[in-house]
Amino acid sequence: MPKFKPHIRVKNLNLFYEGHHALKDITVDIPEKEITAIIGPSGCGKTTLLKSLNRLIDLVDGIEISGEVIVDGEDIYSTKVDVTYIRKKIGMLGQKPYPLPMSIYDNVAYGPRIHGMRKKKELDGIVEHYLEVAGLWDEVKDRLKSPASMLSAGQQQRLCLARSLAVEPEIILGDEPTSALDPISSKRIEEVFIALKKDYTIVIVTHILRQAVRLADYVIFLYMGDVIEQGPAKEIFENPKEERTKAYIGGEIS
Amino acid sequence: MDRRKIEEDFFKGLMILSTAIIVGILFAIVAVVVLKGAPALSLSMLTQTPKGGYYLGKGGGILNAIIGSLYLAFGATALSLIIALPVAFYLREYASERFANFVRLSLDILWGVPSIVYGAFGFIIMLYFGLRACLLGGIIALTLLILPIMTRAMDEVMRMVAFELREASYGLGSTKLEVVSKVISRQTLPGMLTAVLLAFGRGIGDAASILFTAGYTDYIPHSLFDPVASLPLAVFFQLGTPFPEVQERAYASAVVLLVIILLTSVSSRLLTKRWSRFVIK
Repeated sequence: MPKFKPHIRVKNLNLFYEGHHALKDITVDIPEKEITAIIGPSGCGKTTLLKSLNRLIDLVDGIEISGEVIVDGEDIYSTKVDVTYIRKKIGMLGQKPYPLPMSIYDNVAYGPRIHGMRKKKELDGIVEHYLEVAGLWDEVKDRLKSPASMLSAGQQQRLCLARSLAVEPEIILGDEPTSALDPISSKRIEEVFIALKKDYTIVIVTHILRQAVRLADYVIFLYMGDVIEQGPAKEIFENPKEERTKAYIGGEIS
Repeated sequence: MDRRKIEEDFFKGLMILSTAIIVGILFAIVAVVVLKGAPALSLSMLTQTPKGGYYLGKGGGILNAIIGSLYLAFGATALSLIIALPVAFYLREYASERFANFVRLSLDILWGVPSIVYGAFGFIIMLYFGLRACLLGGIIALTLLILPIMTRAMDEVMRMVAFELREASYGLGSTKLEVVSKVISRQTLPGMLTAVLLAFGRGIGDAASILFTAGYTDYIPHSLFDPVASLPLAVFFQLGTPFPEVQERAYASAVVLLVIILLTSVSSRLLTKRWSRFVIK
């Protein structure tokens, strides 16, 4: 059993999508305030697993799910749980940057506003703070009222990160968060992630092995809906136990 | 010569011909209406109601019909909007796919119902409530006609919203209502405006649905229960007289109607452009 303190415990998670068994009896622990990378070949269920962690998977029709995802001692699939509360606590950064159809300021203020924050002064402070954390403040401070759609893709992704952080989550999920970005923007996002792990539990899905090596403290290797191996990044990358992990890391399967 | 090259040129020619026919029809209609109506166009036509003997060729104008048509079309558009918006929201985020498709099918059938049928249906309802032909009756009959158009157009616009945008909004802990009212409605604002103006344009030009329900009068209505004139019926009645000068007025009335529809289209284009500023591509 792992020695770390798990923030998310996934127990016997099974997911069927229109009859296809997409996640097979997944049991994993995700450590608190570290970066966990979910790796594996395309179509192995990485994104599905990630979206199961904050119930964004609910948006997809034709899903059947069983098992438990326990966050802070509470099963997020329990009928007693308010799903908006789960998603406030567990934020998400998508594959492609998708700002909301509003100004830069309103993008960041959206989350705090829907969760009840009304005071202009406090909102101003939140917007500035999280834009700074995401490394975007200096670039946009003079045009907070302009449409978010006018930013470059890299800036948009940092805006999306600021937007997610502004609702004050404990956990951040990233679904290949740099896949639509140029190398320099990707690097900035990676730097922000590393800086964030002192305060947040981070889970990212990535198909870029080197990115996982750079970022991850803990690694989960998925193959065709099965967890093949999980453990500290160092062990998985330097000394994988399973044949398929070795093959994947060695570049034989992709 | 190369067979594929001939094929390419032949079909391209057909496409250009078809396009020319469409554009030609528009210009032909406008030309005929304007040429025939030009002698009767005057300022007094726009500013006066019919005087005694107007339909025999004496003085006055069609202000009653202009105001009447605007009342009817704005009334019906507002009423439709109140009903169409919740339906579009419901289909977008709340209804199951199966039920939503059933509602869409119903709306498509309603879209195809001839407007005279809505007129007759509205008339029966009014008889039941003891109403005579009036502005309210006309607004209700027109609403029946344009509601499916507006709802279905809004629904199509909302279905185009990217899954990722909805996902991003839900990911921040939004409720369904917040997603539709704060995010999707802003993203689709230009398209929603087009839906509203499409319905308005269809409503202001329709004659059959208001023939029995709105009636016709030479006066401007002062309440919802007064009968009301309209431009399509002004065209219809004036064209039906045996006097050439009154028939000219029918064409002039049609010009007024065309201008209103043209202004609606142009302003919708301008507004759409302005409101697209925040839309995420």
